[in-house]
Amino acid sequence: MPEALDPSLVALYVFVLACFIGYWVVWGVTPSLHTPLVALTNAISGIVLVGALLVAGDPEAGLFTQIIGFIAVLLASINVFGGFLVTHRMLSMFKKKK
Amino acid sequence: MTLSVNLQAVAYLVSAVLFILALKGLTHPASARRGNLYGMLGMLIAVVATLMGDQVQSYGFIIVGMTLGAVIGVIVALRIQMTAMPQLVAALHSFVGMAAVMVAIGTFLTKRGAGELNALLMGEISAGVVIGAITFTGSVIAFGKLQGLLSGSPVKFKGQHLLNALLGIATLALAVHFAMTGSLISLTLMTLLAFTLGVTLIIPIGGADMPVIISMLNSYSGWAAAATGFTLHNNLLIIVGALVGCSGAILSYIMCKAMNRSILNVVFGGFGSDSGGEDSAGAVAAGKGVKSAAVEDAVYWMEDANRVIIIPGYGMAVAQAQHALKELMELLEARGVEVKFGIHPVAGRMPGHMNVLLAEADIPYDRVLEMDEINPDFPSTDVVLVVGANDVVNPAAKEDKTSPIYGMPILEAGRARQVYFLKRSMRPGYSGVDNLLFYQENTSLVFGDAKDTIEGMNSALKGGGH
Repeated sequence: MPEALDPSLVALYVFVLACFIGYWVVWGVTPSLHTPLVALTNAISGIVLVGALLVAGDPEAGLFTQIIGFIAVLLASINVFGGFLVTHRMLSMFKKKK
Repeated sequence: MTLSVNLQAVAYLVSAVLFILALKGLTHPASARRGNLYGMLGMLIAVVATLMGDQVQSYGFIIVGMTLGAVIGVIVALRIQMTAMPQLVAALHSFVGMAAVMVAIGTFLTKRGAGELNALLMGEISAGVVIGAITFTGSVIAFGKLQGLLSGSPVKFKGQHLLNALLGIATLALAVHFAMTGSLISLTLMTLLAFTLGVTLIIPIGGADMPVIISMLNSYSGWAAAATGFTLHNNLLIIVGALVGCSGAILSYIMCKAMNRSILNVVFGGFGSDSGGEDSAGAVAAGKGVKSAAVEDAVYWMEDANRVIIIPGYGMAVAQAQHALKELMELLEARGVEVKFGIHPVAGRMPGHMNVLLAEADIPYDRVLEMDEINPDFPSTDVVLVVGANDVVNPAAKEDKTSPIYGMPILEAGRARQVYFLKRSMRPGYSGVDNLLFYQENTSLVFGDAKDTIEGMNSALKGGGH
């Protein structure tokens, strides 16, 4: 059987390619929307919530670990809900001439 | 029911694509709101797929944490003032940083319990902890400066760079030791040092360099998420982290370029200060050969103009003058004057700050132009109104090779027929550089609070004496 690829190497592939996607997509963002861009990227970096859920929801973890997970879930959730909502509020204000 | 690992991976892929489309939506204001909805949908799919996977078994803490987080997040997002956006963003960045630290430590504890630790994994955990911790304290300091809890001026002391270098090396050494041995003491010390490093890296940076700092911390929070993804072998976190990291890095680059400074110069330069003497403005002005003008003079020139360009800066945000400007725009347009707004990339305290404030005041975005778009218009413009901006219109950036701001791209306001500066005092911009435009023959300064001055103009225009 051929040797399997190290999962960390696969992760590196994904990372590098995603950097290129990010590079090209973000250069296309119009400067007038740079504040919403910061707010939106902030909201989506709330994706650490996924990691937080894994820590908080691990049935074998001790109470201390679960509490750490709980704090992470709380902080990441504030980011997700607050971030998307405030981005929505901002974007709703950008209007064309009536 | 539980989701198989493969099905979960497919859901994560869908979610990653939605996040890319979300950013893509910001290419234009018309598609931006749809983009934000894609982002929300992507997040929903990611969270549901995670909760349905077999790794998540106990829900008590999760339900309480998410509910509480949602309530706090929604309340804050609905109540925050648009002028306070930079502070809010800094606070939210700090949460991502802290969450990344918590996830990394939590992962270490669970993997240690299961006996699944190895050097590579612990190296990845170190990356998550260090980047997350620097993001956290760095953002807390940035928040303090923006909120006015800390002084906005750079904090500099002897041996600062040496201290940062030593802290950095010590953190790295502890990370290596931790990866080799899994020592809890190394992990703890490393975390504490990284928290300290976040503080010492951000305190020397002045309040007016905030657009770069916000962008940089935005980038860090992305890299922190990516490091968490490596720790958990979760491709979604890696992809999103890379997107956010790149976005912040590009914004930092754009901001630095707009100031003609390198990122190293911003981070280590400790440039400018927010303090300065508040001498009697009129007296200083007269002594320097600067003309000051009354509100009526400016109104007289503006109401007969064909084209007026307004250049807002941080002073407009401080004075909350955007709504008064919107009324001024309407009054002038009613008289057939064409009104446009010109925005310098680093105006305000975060990228695009001015655009959001003008949008808040219902000023249509097609009247608001970027520096490169509006510069050709100045020679054919009758009146330029500079509201709380300074360095971004200083011709010294083009003419004076000895000036610290030489080489910075500017809005060429001085080429218009008349320039009116709305200023509170004669004190220079944050660069501390005297503005050559003040001494130009076609320039006059109108002293006073920007909002009061503009409201004065509005009532003069409504009075319609002519």
